[in-house]
Amino acid sequence: MAEGITNILVVGIGGQGVMTAAEMLARTALNQGFDVKKTEVAGMAQRGGVVSSHVRFGAKVYSPQIDPGEADLLIGFEAAEALRWLPHLRPTGIAMVNTLRLAPPVVSAGLYDYPADPIADLVASGVEVHAFDAGAIADGLGNAKLVNTIMLGAISDHLPFPAEVLKECIIEGFRAYKPKLVDINAQAFDAGRTAGQAA
Amino acid sequence: MNAVVHAKAESRHLLSGNEAVARAAWEAGVRVAAAYPGTPATEILEYIALYPDIYSEWSVNEKVAVEVAIGASLAGSRALAAMKHVGMNVASDAFMTQSLAGVVGGLVIVVADDVGLSSSQNEQDSRYWGRFGHLPILEPADSQEAYDLAKRAFTLSEEYETPVIVRMTTRVCHVKAMVTFAGERIERPAAGFQKNPQRWVMTPANAKPRLPLMHQRDQVLRAASEISDLNEVSMGSDRRMGFVTSGPAFMHVRETFPNAPVFKLGFSHPAPLDRIRAFAGEVDTLVVVEETEPLLETELCAAGLAVHGKDILPRFGELTPSVLRPAIKPLLGEPYSVPDRRQADVFPRPPTMCASCPHLGPYFALSHIRNLNIIGDIGCYTLGAGHPWNALDTCISMGASLSMAHGMDKGRGESDEKKHIVAVIGDSTFLHMGMQGLLNMIYNRGNVTVLLLDNRSVGMTGGQENPGTGENLHGLPAPRVDFAKLAEALGVRPERIRRVDPYELPTMVKLVREETKMEEPSVIITNRPCSLTDRFERFKPYEVIDDKCTGCGNCIDLGCPAIFVSHRETVTAKSGKAKELVFARIDANACTGCHMCVETCAPEAIVQPQPTTRTIRIHPHG
Repeated sequence: MAEGITNILVVGIGGQGVMTAAEMLARTALNQGFDVKKTEVAGMAQRGGVVSSHVRFGAKVYSPQIDPGEADLLIGFEAAEALRWLPHLRPTGIAMVNTLRLAPPVVSAGLYDYPADPIADLVASGVEVHAFDAGAIADGLGNAKLVNTIMLGAISDHLPFPAEVLKECIIEGFRAYKPKLVDINAQAFDAGRTAGQAA
Repeated sequence: MNAVVHAKAESRHLLSGNEAVARAAWEAGVRVAAAYPGTPATEILEYIALYPDIYSEWSVNEKVAVEVAIGASLAGSRALAAMKHVGMNVASDAFMTQSLAGVVGGLVIVVADDVGLSSSQNEQDSRYWGRFGHLPILEPADSQEAYDLAKRAFTLSEEYETPVIVRMTTRVCHVKAMVTFAGERIERPAAGFQKNPQRWVMTPANAKPRLPLMHQRDQVLRAASEISDLNEVSMGSDRRMGFVTSGPAFMHVRETFPNAPVFKLGFSHPAPLDRIRAFAGEVDTLVVVEETEPLLETELCAAGLAVHGKDILPRFGELTPSVLRPAIKPLLGEPYSVPDRRQADVFPRPPTMCASCPHLGPYFALSHIRNLNIIGDIGCYTLGAGHPWNALDTCISMGASLSMAHGMDKGRGESDEKKHIVAVIGDSTFLHMGMQGLLNMIYNRGNVTVLLLDNRSVGMTGGQENPGTGENLHGLPAPRVDFAKLAEALGVRPERIRRVDPYELPTMVKLVREETKMEEPSVIITNRPCSLTDRFERFKPYEVIDDKCTGCGNCIDLGCPAIFVSHRETVTAKSGKAKELVFARIDANACTGCHMCVETCAPEAIVQPQPTTRTIRIHPHG
């Protein structure tokens, strides 16, 4: 891996806001003066499939993809998805995981099993794991869509720039397009940050 | 409106390759742009549509899109057509001959290859079209280059009077990276069509004298490629191994071997063979890294150069650093073992149909009827091949379902004697290429039951408009094709054209049963919009009364992702056999209140706690 590059892998399921979260990280890095590349495979993402978004930033970024074992941070919007992408995380990496369990129809039908305890599997691999129920925090704030901002708040203490910079980038977006959602997203970011620190 | 549309020269933006191409088209003074949606190229036209000074349209297929662009070019306008790789197969008939005639206004075909098949039925290398059609190829490696090269493509097209292909891949189209805009729009009024039958009417007599001109153009283009600044060499400090590469593969090479000499081809066909030969002399070993076919490698071998390429690299898929390292390090005498990383044992999560998807009803019906051979087509309904429906037996290309079904009927063997042949196709795919298959089947007295799933959108690519939706690319009202009348005009007997609400499962099943038994072609047309589009109407969610659920599992067979299994129980049936009961619940956040599952539930355990006064919206003609 090139020197001084930060690799963040955001994973989840179509419709969870994975790509929006990755976009926020990319834009913040851009505002901080980094060269940025962001990529995902999302052709059928809206159809309940796996979504993984790669964000890379640093002085100069060539390849947009994060190779296995090269991610510094793994943000998992769903527990089994975090486990699926674990091989991409470097041994010294950090996994920030929403404990949500979403079983696809093939699991529902009994063709496959959902892992009994994906969080325990993550911990057993030796990486640093922070896991918490982002959905419960979102519900507490009255809007299930806040999971996205909560997860960003949670990871914000592990970035090569201050947490406030990411928060401001998120809030700025809402200020421009959905001003009514500014306060609630600011709260969600802080709540996620607290949860990430505690987990 | 998108901020990029109004952005000034010198401003910097985080853009996908597709957005960058749109901006380039605007700056280049493009006046006409046309496309048919297809991942990963779809957004090119969607972004172009944001620029009011460009006429842009969804054409009905890629051939039509290219022909629209050709017409505009002959009128003297700069024109662009965009498509995914398989669209080029459809469009090729037009540009293979236009290559002989040439262009007036700059004519650029942007093609996006889905290297790695993220959402395509095959992986093909569109650079072949440059060799086949005698057309120059530009290959951007990231968003900035997509912007730069798309602009340059128009200059090149006019300078050499040739269509130009800009070859993108998924990793250019969908990667967001920094782009600095060099300028703003320069208007280029259309010169006007200059009649010249010898030039523009491609009869054999007129085409023959164009052949030597086309071959001369190849030579001129090769000379241009030799001196083009789009073909760049960076010598690096480690001369043991040099790379010749293009497109996103360049980024992967740079990432993996930062000190190696690299010859990067932006103007990749015709290739600058003399300069590559000189480059080869500067390095100990030369490796060609190209996605996906060994085109350049073959040309360099033919030119007498000793190169490595597909002898050590995969013939398909992306050439990422994790692929390059193990293939190339051993050549450098640096042993490389792939790190042993434990793969987590996690279930697959295949894409599936959405909650209240109007395709669920038809597939519920198809999965409950025996003795069918079901020929599918390209669209969301291809997912019917998966769990739990398992009700699609083949699928290859846009519009193929009807013609293949016809062939399967005509060529049926003894074992298929009692089988009914069904073709499943969507509205947009039917209009793209499918209706010719219906016409052919009628004309040749075939017998196929056609399920025309009209969800009023190009669903898989994100709900784009088509002539069946009543709106155009810009969301403005447009004439809407009447599928029933169209089928009748093509020769289907009116009695055999059946319109059905796909949410009414008993009717759906009954109709498919009836029509498959008929000894003549039938067309069953559904009429509910894609549940991801604005045309879809959401209602209050349903729920399962646990005490009433008998565990029969019928609702699970529907395949709606809003319905999930709460628990299973194994009981002993009256026959003494063990029987598994499957108890269901409904995810209130995902359920849209379409009521389809209610029809599957005999004990009436599925209810709507807060009933909505339902106004069933059915298509005006449906």
